[in-house]
Amino acid sequence: MAPIKLHVNGKINTIDVGLDTPLLWALRDALGLTGTKYGCGMGVCGACTVHLDGQAVRSCQTRVSAAGDKKITTIEGLSDNAAHPLQIAWIAEQVPQCGYCQSGQIMQAAALLARTPHPTDDEINDAMAGNLCRCGMYQRIRLGIRRAAKGANHAA
Amino acid sequence: MPLSRRAFVVAASTSGAGILIGVRVSGLLRLARENEQSAHKPVPSPFVAWVHVKPTGEISLIVAKSEMGQGIRTGLAIPLAEEAEVSLNQVSVEQAETRPDIYTHMGTGGSHSTRQNYMPYRRVGATVRELMITAAAVKWNVPREQCFAREGAVLHRSSTKKASYGELVEAASKLPLPNPARVPLKKESEFRLIGHEIPRVDIPAKINGRAQFGLDVRVQDMLFAVIARCPTFGGKPAKFDAGKAKAMAGVRGVFEIPALGAGKFTAGGIAVVADSTWQAMQARRALEINWDHGSAISESSETLSEMLKSAASKSGKRLRNDGDVDAALSATTKHIEAVYELPFQAHATMEPMNITIHRREGGCEVWVPTQSPDWVQRVVADTMGLDAKKVVVHTTFMGGGFGRRYMPDYPAEAAQIAKEIDRPVQLLWTREDDMTHDFYRPASCHRLQGTVDEHGRAIVWSHTLASTSINGLWHPEQNKPEDSEIGGAKQMPYAIPNVRLEFNDVPTAVPRAWWRSVEHSFNGFVVESFIDELAAEAHRDPVEFRRSLLVGGKSGNPADEDDPNPQRLLKVLNVAAEKSGWGKPLPKGWGRGIAVYFSFGSYFGEVAEVSVSQEKALQIHRIVAAVDCGTVVNPEGVRAQTESAIIYGLSAALKNAITFKRGAVEQSNFTDYDPIRINEAPPIEVHLAPSGDDCGGMGEPALPPLAPAIANAIYAATGQRLRKLPFQLSV
Repeated sequence: MAPIKLHVNGKINTIDVGLDTPLLWALRDALGLTGTKYGCGMGVCGACTVHLDGQAVRSCQTRVSAAGDKKITTIEGLSDNAAHPLQIAWIAEQVPQCGYCQSGQIMQAAALLARTPHPTDDEINDAMAGNLCRCGMYQRIRLGIRRAAKGANHAA
Repeated sequence: MPLSRRAFVVAASTSGAGILIGVRVSGLLRLARENEQSAHKPVPSPFVAWVHVKPTGEISLIVAKSEMGQGIRTGLAIPLAEEAEVSLNQVSVEQAETRPDIYTHMGTGGSHSTRQNYMPYRRVGATVRELMITAAAVKWNVPREQCFAREGAVLHRSSTKKASYGELVEAASKLPLPNPARVPLKKESEFRLIGHEIPRVDIPAKINGRAQFGLDVRVQDMLFAVIARCPTFGGKPAKFDAGKAKAMAGVRGVFEIPALGAGKFTAGGIAVVADSTWQAMQARRALEINWDHGSAISESSETLSEMLKSAASKSGKRLRNDGDVDAALSATTKHIEAVYELPFQAHATMEPMNITIHRREGGCEVWVPTQSPDWVQRVVADTMGLDAKKVVVHTTFMGGGFGRRYMPDYPAEAAQIAKEIDRPVQLLWTREDDMTHDFYRPASCHRLQGTVDEHGRAIVWSHTLASTSINGLWHPEQNKPEDSEIGGAKQMPYAIPNVRLEFNDVPTAVPRAWWRSVEHSFNGFVVESFIDELAAEAHRDPVEFRRSLLVGGKSGNPADEDDPNPQRLLKVLNVAAEKSGWGKPLPKGWGRGIAVYFSFGSYFGEVAEVSVSQEKALQIHRIVAAVDCGTVVNPEGVRAQTESAIIYGLSAALKNAITFKRGAVEQSNFTDYDPIRINEAPPIEVHLAPSGDDCGGMGEPALPPLAPAIANAIYAATGQRLRKLPFQLSV
């Protein structure tokens, strides 16, 4: 255990956890940021997805020691007032059911759109295949991403 | 405002408190029955919910239904707001306290919530509206007929008089309640909400991390726990060394908890409590445990599969017997026989099981994602030796339920831990715990025999069903293991003169319970596959063959709610066929398959369009579904539930199985029990074909016809008949 600094959602936090602690549990248990979810602990379901310097990573597979000087963004810090185009599209397409996987889905999709503003269906499938949704809302996730991408088009 | 039974009779006894009306439903729910058979059941209140018209005129619906993504908080507000003539945002739906003395039927399952509550909520809404109209008419001294309600206010037709519900509520509360059974209801043509697209109220909190699921509960000074359970069902620790674990940072306690046996069905094991989840998980890894595996170690999927096959090949408890199957079979040399096999299935909710518990002086408080808060209350109370009234249960959002969260096992474990720990504790099941200690969909094997005559008419249908019964586990004393296993097989809907159903129970150490659509998940596959086999035997088109066996069936809904109405099945068959382009040519290697099925009060027809490449790669190009759920409350909700049940069923049809070896489950995570992912998810078209009959359920009934539609499509594409789930195409 040693104090470690984490740069989360624009704020620097000092927490006291073991250096091998996965970022997921540091966020949830030490910082109380429970929007990031535990689903598998192996990086195969995507529920814990956050951004590290803008890249989507599985926080259950990222040790706090590896996150040290990077900028971490969680679902809580993705936008002010749920104004990210994906969040707006998620409501328009009524994407979530139980909603448990959706933080991870949105963070994964946000990283995709940041890199590829107008993804093809194959690019969507490739980018999102690591994110399970047991309620099976994949059709709506596709529609949500397309809708958000279209918004980006209008803005451009 | 204190809630009491008197409030139903005496609307708003307290001045300034508004109006309080209890909502009753008639009849018992099946799941509630199961629930209420367990010990220490208090006498329930006759009310399922309470409607509170506040002094402001806003309406609270306080209801004991859990939100697990099915949209129930929206779906229940719609009929109430519709009849009360208020806008939807004037109704807030609140999760009820777990108080069996105030609410009955607190369980959420069996696709029952809308079915059971739709009419009662309309009647209560209409009661509110009528009270307000009467109050306004009295106030203005005008005939009641000249007044009408709209958007939370009463208006006078021949003047500009207008009074909001907030202005009228006190006067309305002093009026006698109209008889809710006779209160006038709106005509369908007057609906502004029912049947219209309504966005779900729970969604905004689910896009920004604000929604609080069970695992997100945070209580001051809380600790975190995991349990090491014996991998073998029924096993227990023979001895264990907690020395290393106890020496690790943050560890607060390591102790054994015993298995709790029938009714709670916990595995027992070694509990590890620590300052953080990660520390608890690490310390569990450091435990050194020698397990006493018990007798289940001799069981495996192979041995069970042989037992199931053997049980399906001999005669069993006869549960349906039309005509004379033996005579009809011996009258022909030509009959077909098929054996279908389905494995155990895990629920694998995205949020694994968890519960937060805090024991305090003389009582305890729990926060739990559950479909069954009153059962949690009884089990926690029983485990801790408390009066149930001393256990406060808060129901959180659930990260999926699918039947798993009906079980009271994880609450019982938490109660065992709370007996030892003075601080609040959150018990987490890791994904591995969840996969290896679920209560699985029963494994089953089915032997079907059938004949068609020289005119292509079906003459014999004989089904011998062997399964590892749920009821056999939960209620062995009833000696009716078939009760949880034969739905949809007994109601096989086709007009065939000789029909027989027999059942054999097969014992296993693997725990079983309700999995989305329960026995319909296997009986739907078997019935709708074998009818397709008979169609092929008769050289008839699968749609036309089914149609011929459904026309001439009785019209009108049958007396028994488990029996389908053949005319409604026929309609979804026709709609699904038409919308899918049934009969239109397809490329080589492609095929269409159809299945129709009735369960939970709703009718589904589904067509799968697939192709199989020369390398035997299966691709699902699209699923077309036609649904008649009687009355559509929220089309958006109907479509969402249909898509969801289809993808859930697709995982079981194509990919997932729970197998076990030496009495332990072999799968452990989404690596080896990997559900359908986005790149495998076909487009789904949902066509609403409502009959206007009573509301059917929507959480489950889209699932059963999915697997047979795909199997039948693969047969159409390749000539290969797949009878074992998950499907494996032979090269």
